[in-house]
Amino acid sequence: MKQANSDVLERFRTLIRQARQTVQESKEPGKPHIYIGMATCGLAAGATETKQAFEETLAERGIEARIIPVGCIGHCYGEPLVVIENPGFPAICYHKVTAGKAGALVRAFLEEGDPLFEYVLGALEENDLIPTVMDFPRFNLERRVVMADCGALDPENIDQYLAGGGYESLLKALEMTPEEVIQEIIDSGLRGRGGAGFPTGRKWQAARSADGSRKTVICNADEGDPGAYMDRTILESNPHQLLEGLAVCAYAVEAENAVIYVRAEYPLAVKMIRRAIDQAGQAGLLGAHILGTRFSLSVSVFEGSGAFVCGEETALIQSLEGKRGMPQHRPPYPVHKGLWQQPTVINNVKTLSSVPTIVKKGAAWYRQIGTQSSPGTAIFSVVGKVVHPGLVEIPMGTTLGRLIFEICGGIPNRKKFKAVQIGGPSGGCLPESFMDTPVDFDSLTQAGAMMGSGGMVVMDEDSCLVNVARFFIDFTQNESCGKCTFCRIGTRHILNILERITKGEGKEGDLETLRELSQDIKTASLCGLGKTAPNPILTSLEYFREEYQAHIREKRCPAMMCRALTAFYIDLDKCARGCDACVGSCPVDAIFTTKGRKKAIDQELCVKCGECMVACPTEYDAVGKVSPSELAPVIERPQEKAS
Amino acid sequence: MLKDIDEMLLTSEKKRENLIPILQRIQQRHAYLSPDAMKLVALHLGISSSEVYGVATFYNQFRFHPPGKHQIKVCLGTACHVVGGDIILENFERKLGIKDGETTPDREFSIERVACVGCCALAPVAVVDDVVQACMAPSKVEGILLGFDIERERDEREKQESEASQ
Repeated sequence: MKQANSDVLERFRTLIRQARQTVQESKEPGKPHIYIGMATCGLAAGATETKQAFEETLAERGIEARIIPVGCIGHCYGEPLVVIENPGFPAICYHKVTAGKAGALVRAFLEEGDPLFEYVLGALEENDLIPTVMDFPRFNLERRVVMADCGALDPENIDQYLAGGGYESLLKALEMTPEEVIQEIIDSGLRGRGGAGFPTGRKWQAARSADGSRKTVICNADEGDPGAYMDRTILESNPHQLLEGLAVCAYAVEAENAVIYVRAEYPLAVKMIRRAIDQAGQAGLLGAHILGTRFSLSVSVFEGSGAFVCGEETALIQSLEGKRGMPQHRPPYPVHKGLWQQPTVINNVKTLSSVPTIVKKGAAWYRQIGTQSSPGTAIFSVVGKVVHPGLVEIPMGTTLGRLIFEICGGIPNRKKFKAVQIGGPSGGCLPESFMDTPVDFDSLTQAGAMMGSGGMVVMDEDSCLVNVARFFIDFTQNESCGKCTFCRIGTRHILNILERITKGEGKEGDLETLRELSQDIKTASLCGLGKTAPNPILTSLEYFREEYQAHIREKRCPAMMCRALTAFYIDLDKCARGCDACVGSCPVDAIFTTKGRKKAIDQELCVKCGECMVACPTEYDAVGKVSPSELAPVIERPQEKAS
Repeated sequence: MLKDIDEMLLTSEKKRENLIPILQRIQQRHAYLSPDAMKLVALHLGISSSEVYGVATFYNQFRFHPPGKHQIKVCLGTACHVVGGDIILENFERKLGIKDGETTPDREFSIERVACVGCCALAPVAVVDDVVQACMAPSKVEGILLGFDIERERDEREKQESEASQ
């Protein structure tokens, strides 16, 4: 049954009017506005100091300007990011604004009208003065649906979201019957962004038709994948969009309870979503009788205590019930018997955050983006060895090569691309030959990787695939809940073998054992964690077998990353007499002066941290690295004179 | 401490699903879960204390030993691993003379390894007293610890001076 009538409409219009007015009033025409990205990434890069510097310099110079903290726009390489709207100029985005630059910007730009071109990333609108950000492939090739408003809104201010058309989709949904809403989502082809890509509309439909008096909607924000942080960014930067999607979902499946399961390791995200729930409740957009209709929804936040396996839906439910987060047999699926044995819909943050736009613009519009089988956009956190790491939202079907080399700027320091690890610990490592693979659910799975949570780690020639495989299996081994024998013990054995190999103690036959164990774990595990845990091993074994063999047969790490197999040395021909740069950098005092007053490394003491390589002035470039470690020249430490 | 926990328990409903939030609140106030605290929770919820222990040990968040005054968390997520997060961890361990999961004998520092703090673009990352330190390097490890040393010396000096002036 439709819920909206003229009263509801009137109520919503008043709400919007008030919000627009508040936003209008808070803007002071004629005054500069400074927007500072203050999500976790920004804060880590020093946004607090930047904000303080702006405030101090503004006060010192007697300039009136408004400082507005906003969320993250995903361009993490440029943090802290600041956008300045100075009357008479286009809005300009500045990157890497340290406290010193902040002071300089106030004095030069706000006081004297010099926009300091050297600090500019780009203007946000077309103009004759400054190149716009659209000239960068990064901005041009991205297509923002879910993250459209991230970094443009103050996440702690519901009025800004409302004034920009927020919660209109909820109103539109209330004007439709729940069946119509579900049909719209089915038509849009939206697939769950949590990793597996199950059609969202079908999930909702199943939950709606399931018997149960107390249905629940759960938003899965337990982003445990090391290397992915888009859920955190969405929660921190645009929490109301998520709440709106959650409310639409609850309306469609007739649930009156919703839980947001968010990692406790994300304190800022927890704070933002809590505040957003309060604000939406006060505005009558959540809680009892939303906008005066018969539809009620109470939303609570549950802080996940850090167990990777709780990203799996049945484990997540166990954890909500106060138990150990152990996955359960499916069926029954949570849509039939979930939390407290009642029908439960579990959707990822990105899935729910896509919903408002789909409802607003329609299924046909959404289908234009992306591919036939995977419509819409995908959000990836591209990190590792790329020039422009950060969050990227691209239409599904964009090729891997375009994502890594055009949007993210390729590999820094003229190094060679080696592999990309997609989908976190459950994904796979793909070599360069896969650069033409389109990014969508089915193509990635076919290639042996998976969409997963969207973590993408790019590796160059300095990254050792054996070491990375060891890292992932170390992670899954730690996070295995212990229920299935193969996952619990099999991963341990794989880890032991890989540890041996990375230490140069591998033997013939190890690779066959690894493959066999991997296959067994895949077949004999209950949940996704075990089923996908061997993926990094299987893909790296397939595409980078020679690297494993170099470790086993030659005791050599081609990437020179495995520390037991590499050694640092100082080239005496290049080392400059009297230079002491490396000595101070060594944390263990392993560098000594030779008889020729040059420097050498005591291999016994060296911990192979690589600091001396960084410290050695580029004009000498005397520190080198070799593998196997026996190749390093041996230089005797001169006996110290007895004093 | 136990009295405080007792009072806290009075305000929470005796429902099994409250177990994890209760443990989280105790840890937030007292920094760790002591065996006695877990027994109190078990009593309150009417479940066995082994069950409370079982749940608490399942999740990475819970600690069973008091942490140091300054908590150092070194991120060992994928992005941090690729750029040498383990070297950062090793440097902290060497400088402080403890391993991850341990606390220095003077209870000043404790080291933990964490899976991912979600700042992958700024790797390697460490979280020192809730402040995220981006782009770590072994020399930065020394800098951070030196900062604490200077702070401590200054505090001691001020304390001595104020005692002397009295």
